[in-house]
Amino acid sequence: MATSSDPHGLASGSVDIHPFWGKLSWDIFPFYEPILLVTFIGVVTLGLAVLGTITYFRLWGYLWKEWFTSIDHKKIGIMYMVLGLIMLLRGFADALLMRGHQAMAASGSEGYLNAHHYDQIFTAHGVIMIFFVAMPFVTGFMNYVMPLQIGARDVAFPFLNNLSFWLTVSGAILIMISLFVGEFSTAGWLAYAPYSGLEYSPSVGMDYYLWALNIAGVGTTLSGINLVVTIVKMRAPGMTFMRMPIFTWTALCTNILIVATFPVLAATLALLTADRYLGTHFFTNELGGNPMMYVNLIWIWGHPEVYILILPIFGIFSEVVPTFTGKRLFGYTSMVYATCVIMILSYIVWLHHFFTMGAGANVNSFFGITTMIISIPTGAKIFNWLFTMYKGRIRFEVPMLWVMGFMITFVIGGMTGVLLAVPPADYVLHNSLFLIAHFHNVIIGGVVFGIFAGIVYWWPKAFGFKLEPFWGKVSFWCWLIGFYLAFMPLYVLGLMGVTRRLSQFEDTFYSVYFIVALIGALFVAAGIGAFLVQIVQSIRKREELRDVTGDPWNGRTLEWSTSSPPPYYNFAFSPRVHEIDAFAQMKREGFTRPTDGFVPIHMPHSTATGVVLAAILTVMGFALIWHVFWLAAASFAAALLYGIGHTFNYNRDYNIPADEVRSIEDQRSAQLAQAAE
Amino acid sequence: MMTDSPVNDASKFYVLDEPHHDADHAHEPPTMLGFWVYLMSDCLIFGILFATYAVLGQNYAAGPSPADLFDIEMILVATFALLFSSVTFGFAVLRMDHGDQRGTLFWLVVTGLFGAAFLYLEYQEFSHLWHLGATPMASAFLSSFFFLVGTHGLHVTAGSIWLVVLLIQLSQHGLTPANTRRVMCLSLFWHFLDLIWIGVYSLVYLTGVLL
Repeated sequence: MATSSDPHGLASGSVDIHPFWGKLSWDIFPFYEPILLVTFIGVVTLGLAVLGTITYFRLWGYLWKEWFTSIDHKKIGIMYMVLGLIMLLRGFADALLMRGHQAMAASGSEGYLNAHHYDQIFTAHGVIMIFFVAMPFVTGFMNYVMPLQIGARDVAFPFLNNLSFWLTVSGAILIMISLFVGEFSTAGWLAYAPYSGLEYSPSVGMDYYLWALNIAGVGTTLSGINLVVTIVKMRAPGMTFMRMPIFTWTALCTNILIVATFPVLAATLALLTADRYLGTHFFTNELGGNPMMYVNLIWIWGHPEVYILILPIFGIFSEVVPTFTGKRLFGYTSMVYATCVIMILSYIVWLHHFFTMGAGANVNSFFGITTMIISIPTGAKIFNWLFTMYKGRIRFEVPMLWVMGFMITFVIGGMTGVLLAVPPADYVLHNSLFLIAHFHNVIIGGVVFGIFAGIVYWWPKAFGFKLEPFWGKVSFWCWLIGFYLAFMPLYVLGLMGVTRRLSQFEDTFYSVYFIVALIGALFVAAGIGAFLVQIVQSIRKREELRDVTGDPWNGRTLEWSTSSPPPYYNFAFSPRVHEIDAFAQMKREGFTRPTDGFVPIHMPHSTATGVVLAAILTVMGFALIWHVFWLAAASFAAALLYGIGHTFNYNRDYNIPADEVRSIEDQRSAQLAQAAE
Repeated sequence: MMTDSPVNDASKFYVLDEPHHDADHAHEPPTMLGFWVYLMSDCLIFGILFATYAVLGQNYAAGPSPADLFDIEMILVATFALLFSSVTFGFAVLRMDHGDQRGTLFWLVVTGLFGAAFLYLEYQEFSHLWHLGATPMASAFLSSFFFLVGTHGLHVTAGSIWLVVLLIQLSQHGLTPANTRRVMCLSLFWHFLDLIWIGVYSLVYLTGVLL
């Protein structure tokens, strides 16, 4: 420490790797970029304000005890949603920067981003939106809703669940640090080799990418294992597989896909990491390395990944449509089979991402045909939702609006997808803005719309009051209009041959399309703003919007049978299931809620191990990124010892006394009686 | 699904007489299934490394090939050390089923020694190759070779550390349900590594020497 604390010594060696400080030096802060400087000041001010508020109201103890160290699946689910929302704002800021820049660059000016900065922004946008927005939202829903739907009290491995969450946060933190310390990758969201190798991307940007995804990926895999086991082992008595709610079915298929693909991502990124850190030759251009290997491996994970995102969303729609139509889902069995078929087929279509690799006509036709086949079960699902609505008593509440927006938008995106699945057409459209329009069409029109439908639908379950509908509708219309304005021009541009990831344009002919796309992005910004206003307004008016029944929408599945928010043990007595839509049957047959004879409930203790372990691993990741190897080794050893120490704790469970259960359930009885008056 | 029971019977929709089995046994089945699922995910990591070796394994880049490098006799000794360690782990589990703590500990120690022998031989092999200049940086063949075999070796190392931790925990708390569950998980892990090694031995070493 004494020898290296000289700041002048640090400033001199910017590229050399210092034995103590690694690549760290004073030059790593990119504040010569005015945009970054302003952002940094904004983030620091906002961050200090948030931290100050928490300190002022003395909330640290509460947050630590009740949230950070909690292993309650409901709280972890909510924390995942908060993470997704925060990262959505970051990822969307990147999108706005790109739209604004391209609109200017296509209109004859140079725009405000240099090419290097622009490359970082589109990379960060993709990485954040997939790994740290869509994944946390989807995992958050599965965490919160699925155990309630199957009548369980928690997931199979509650501590692991907390650790998974914090590992995801660890990855998100590393990505956020890259904004102000050093730089981020310029290699696109999948970091194709050999560009992502040491020779062409020597900076720490790629290393931020690798370690953030390595750490977050472990969390996702563990969470996948956890939720698969939960669904297989912890269903309420009588809930056979073919009586599970569809959302739970999609959660099962999604988590099977996670367990079956995230190890592939981990291995692939590990090999790329080895190429960069050790000088191996997996994906290099020399000494026998094979860059196309990387493209194959990353898409063997990457294609199932998009189904990991969309399947649970299909599950959300399959809950929303029957509830707001007042009927059971049309074609439950076909929905289950469609989900399973998609799960299997998603594994054998990966090559359609690079038909232009030149694998030959036979290989391309195989993957073209499997890709077209996968649209069949997806189409079956659309018809199932339509037939559910047919002759139903549809209530156009906000979740239903999102469903309608989804059905129209997603079908368009699906059709352009089938177009891209035709290899000869793909040779023309590959790498163009047509592709960008296509996948935003299915991810915004599918995943994002579904996330909003799900948030509005399950919000009252999580917090005990509904979201205020006016701002929800504003948000929906802004998103819908904004989406079409932003991406339909991109289809046109793509057909005209404009490629993706361009920061400069020679020709001002495209100007008008990019300006329309920018207006679309501003509409989406308004949609996000309206959503935030909706949350604030709803919290302010929570007494008016209060629901004490626990079943505000006349729901059909078990999560609506308990109070809102549910007690930490979820169900005082495990539910018994006799058919699909268990709660609908209970209401139809006039069930009685037991108010006596409570027994102690066995629950796990909270633990700080997950937070601490993830914090140590974040330090390890940061040290590895900056080549501070002594710190990396020390933090790895610390994590290992701390993890082993955790296994010496045998006292992990306790019993909630029957009296405590009784007093909570008595309050609920009083609430219900009050609601009935 | 209509039943004749009276409509107001709460027991139709709720488990009123929840058995107290919750306390210890309820967590047992999920753990074993969870560990199986984890092993399958780990198996995929090896799957990718095998696939990488299959694709890159003959890209010698004008460097040495398997026939130049592998000392098949020593590898066979290492293989038998690992296979024997699986047998002795089996003995440990049999002793555990009889509730014999000393016997369990004894066989676990024997297992650990065989594991250590395997790791020592692997270390010898790697350092020998390194001295010959056959490092992971020399060619894509050697990169994929070291990563496939090395990842297996890292797993055996992790398993050995786990074994030591478990020995301490067994001597502290005895054959409690929590500890027997841990022994069963490690046993699965250990046999799984054996299985992977058989793949490595056939695909990498035998095939390499034969070609």
